[in-house]
Amino acid sequence: MTQYTVLIYGDESAYTDMSQEAWAAMMDAHNAFAHAVGEQGGKILAGAGLAPSATATSLRAGAVTDGPFVETKESLGGFYLIEADDLDHAVRIAALCPAPSGGVEVRPVMDTSGDGAGS
Amino acid sequence: MPAADAADAVEQAHRHEWAVVLAATVRLTRDLDLAEECAQEAYVAALQTWPTQGVPSRPGAWLTTTARRKALDRLRREQTLRRKLPLLVEPDGEQGIDVRDEVVADDRLRLVFICCHPTLSPEAQVALTLRLVCGVPTAEVARAFLVAEATMAARLTRAKKKIAQARIPFRLPAVDELPQRLDSVLTAVHLLYSTGHTAADGADLAHEDVCRRAVDLARVLVGLLPDEPEVRGLLGLLLLAEARRPARTDGDGRLVLLADQDRTRWDRALLAQGLRFTAEAMASPRAGRFALQAAIAGGHAVAPDAESTDWWRILRLYDALQRVWPSPVVALNRAVAVSFVDGPAAALELVVVLDDDPHLAAYPYLPATRADLLRRLDRPAEAAVAYREALALTANEAERAFLADRIAGAEGASGTMGTSSHPAQETS
Repeated sequence: MTQYTVLIYGDESAYTDMSQEAWAAMMDAHNAFAHAVGEQGGKILAGAGLAPSATATSLRAGAVTDGPFVETKESLGGFYLIEADDLDHAVRIAALCPAPSGGVEVRPVMDTSGDGAGS
Repeated sequence: MPAADAADAVEQAHRHEWAVVLAATVRLTRDLDLAEECAQEAYVAALQTWPTQGVPSRPGAWLTTTARRKALDRLRREQTLRRKLPLLVEPDGEQGIDVRDEVVADDRLRLVFICCHPTLSPEAQVALTLRLVCGVPTAEVARAFLVAEATMAARLTRAKKKIAQARIPFRLPAVDELPQRLDSVLTAVHLLYSTGHTAADGADLAHEDVCRRAVDLARVLVGLLPDEPEVRGLLGLLLLAEARRPARTDGDGRLVLLADQDRTRWDRALLAQGLRFTAEAMASPRAGRFALQAAIAGGHAVAPDAESTDWWRILRLYDALQRVWPSPVVALNRAVAVSFVDGPAAALELVVVLDDDPHLAAYPYLPATRADLLRRLDRPAEAAVAYREALALTANEAERAFLADRIAGAEGASGTMGTSSHPAQETS
């Protein structure tokens, strides 16, 4: 098994302007996703939704600034850390991840075991 | 045995068996780079031993065994240097030395599928296929893509790194994944052919070779996946393009339009083969965009001259193609067929709509088609402007010369209000 992050990107305003019902529906979708990952033979190791990027503080070479590190229209809104067999499996799982106002990026977690036992 | 014969045998084996040798070695090394090195060494060994000991009866098996033996040696010696992330190799039959034919064939297919994995960029897919499946040296791959060797080497390294680190598996797609994965493979092989085809300026053997490699690969895929109509469709499409290649440029290396090509220069044997594979593909209910594109190419190929082209039938095929593959490029080509069925004015209406499509913003064939329709409508001044637009978007020398010619023609005509230079293309 390999660990992957599923990074959820999207237009933040879609979340900030969300009605209560829409918010509840999204939470349901995430619960359903968590369930589906198990059915697909994968595993969620961690996950979180992030507060809006306006709350972010960035540090670059010691200088502290207000706002996210990279200013983009579609910002990082949350992530999952999952375990999957291979990239095909991870992509299949990521395809189920709710990302209503954007999409997701699948990124393998660096293998730092360094002892050759990588798999 | 004369050394020249042995060298020739090695070259033949390189051309036809490289993918088999590499794929079988990957199964053992679980590392693409190491497998590549060992396969390379096996060919060097063949160059050294075949001239004195003779060419083995099964060169491919000899090379595979040699490459795998070298891999085993390396793996034993470098136990501690083992790469951190072994390739995820799908188990297949017995472990260890297994060179049964069906495993070998499947491994070659796994190699194709890993190179054309949809999570790799299309450019990376084509470059990897050329390097790993066709065994073309990096320097030549770079030449085919018109980039510096270092650039291509970096691109290949990046792609292989992604395969290793993101864990793209060396396995065959499951039945439900096959249509999508196969489409990715066929697209890459088609792109490989186009890379050779559009870059070709008549005298460039490297590009001709890329075209031939793409055809060879499509042929191998038909052998490996005999029940897939789209694979047959691709082979038909490429064979028909290959058959017409000799007539694509004139003696001065200038591009000749399909309508103006000397059809006696088409390769009849390739044409017949292409038509046969196309017909087989079209006979299947699962015929898709490659089969349909081949059928369109076949529709042109069977016409003894441009005037007798069955445009009505070609338009029906474009209609079907647009249904399974609604792309702006298909819409543009369909408009050309419309111009010969309903006239250039009707086609121009369709082409003008496409001017707003961002996907075609840098596509030279859009203004070139618009220009040609305007020329046929006797609007030479507007045609000249559109030809200039196309020229500004074209890098290929043969195509530039063709467009410059057309601009001169249109500007001459706009002065004299001349008639179309191609009455043959006018339709009733």
